[in-house]
Amino acid sequence: MLELPEKLRFLVETMASVQNQNERVQMLLDFAERFKEVPEQVAQRPFPEQNRVAFCESEAYVWAEEQPDGTAKFYFAVENPAGVSAKALAYILDRTLSGVPLDQVLRVSPDIVMAIFRQNISMGKGMGLMAMVQTVQKLASDMIRNKHQ
Amino acid sequence: MAEVLDREVLDKGYAHPGAVVSTQWVADRLNDTNVRIIESNEDPLLYPSGHIPGAVQVDWTNDLNDPVKRDYISREAFEKLMSRIGVTPETTVVFYGDKNNWWATYAFWVFQLFNHTRAAVMDGGRLKWQKEGRPMTKEVPQFQPTQYRAPERNDAQIRAFREDVMEHLRNRGRLVDVRSPEEYTGKRLHMESYPNEGALRGGHIPGAANVPWSRAANPEDGTFRSADELKEIYLKEQGLNPKDPVIAYCRIGERSSHTWFVLKYLLGFENVKNYDGSWTEWGNLVNVPIEK
Repeated sequence: MLELPEKLRFLVETMASVQNQNERVQMLLDFAERFKEVPEQVAQRPFPEQNRVAFCESEAYVWAEEQPDGTAKFYFAVENPAGVSAKALAYILDRTLSGVPLDQVLRVSPDIVMAIFRQNISMGKGMGLMAMVQTVQKLASDMIRNKHQ
Repeated sequence: MAEVLDREVLDKGYAHPGAVVSTQWVADRLNDTNVRIIESNEDPLLYPSGHIPGAVQVDWTNDLNDPVKRDYISREAFEKLMSRIGVTPETTVVFYGDKNNWWATYAFWVFQLFNHTRAAVMDGGRLKWQKEGRPMTKEVPQFQPTQYRAPERNDAQIRAFREDVMEHLRNRGRLVDVRSPEEYTGKRLHMESYPNEGALRGGHIPGAANVPWSRAANPEDGTFRSADELKEIYLKEQGLNPKDPVIAYCRIGERSSHTWFVLKYLLGFENVKNYDGSWTEWGNLVNVPIEK
């Protein structure tokens, strides 16, 4: 796996160190419960298609708001109430990639999804969650491109 | 199937009413040691986030699929699973889950490969249970391990392999493609909002009727439609005959297990099989016929 921003690396290493399946599940559930949806001042329903994560059946949406220091604050919405894994990942991505230099965000491998969820995810579900990471990276990439225009 | 029939379900006119139980039937048996409630979902984190009290989780990936090859678990693994969840051959297992019981019927189907016939699906699944404000818990129950002796897995009765589909085609047998119209026509290689899990060609198996699986469910509460409504769809609209052999398929055999259940237990089709290789196999095979 490519280098990871510090907070994300710490989280991935922590998850990897937890051998007990139930403990890992509890950690992921805790992340999902802490998930906060995109605030109304950033986006309102109906959410625009352009912010929707392709191939994510949990109907996840992502937004990026540029910060004064040139980094991004990422926001998420998960419309499927049963999308517990998507909510957990949204919380993780916000907490570990918001405020991180954009070039570091671009170097994150979507494989972190498998490292985080491990056996708690099927192939199809894993691909949908990886698409959340890729959408975050696309928004970061757009932000970099806009800066250079 | 459930031995004590459910009045609420009987009114729906199904061919095998013991295969379905209502949420009330389950609520009345939360402490019945002869009944084991099993939750199966697409997202394995859903069960630990809250489930019916006393329910166990059976995960389609970790518990029902062979860990190496594309197949289902062996007899030995099934026996271990049943022992772990405290099921004996006399236990009635009741499946429920999210997405209109899509994964619950998939688990039900796998259990039938091992002939555990004391089985039913809770009508409406997780959605209806929650809508009715019934109790949920995060407590994971522990059961005394059982000694469960299962027969060898019998695929012949309810599972179709690609050779069976070829033979079925030669015999001009009926097929039901339960995917979305976009997948059926080849416009998409995967379900909307889902990733492509590897099909190289789009379209459908020649002659297959397209009846998206979810048409068999009421969207507001996930319950199965009544027998009359289902007959309207499968018999009248599609011209299927309950006496004819039918094969259902989708992408990897999960959505089609829902249709398999509907045809076999709710409408009484005598010979219906689920082709679990489905489009991820057929759409990759060399030189097989495909229609768009």
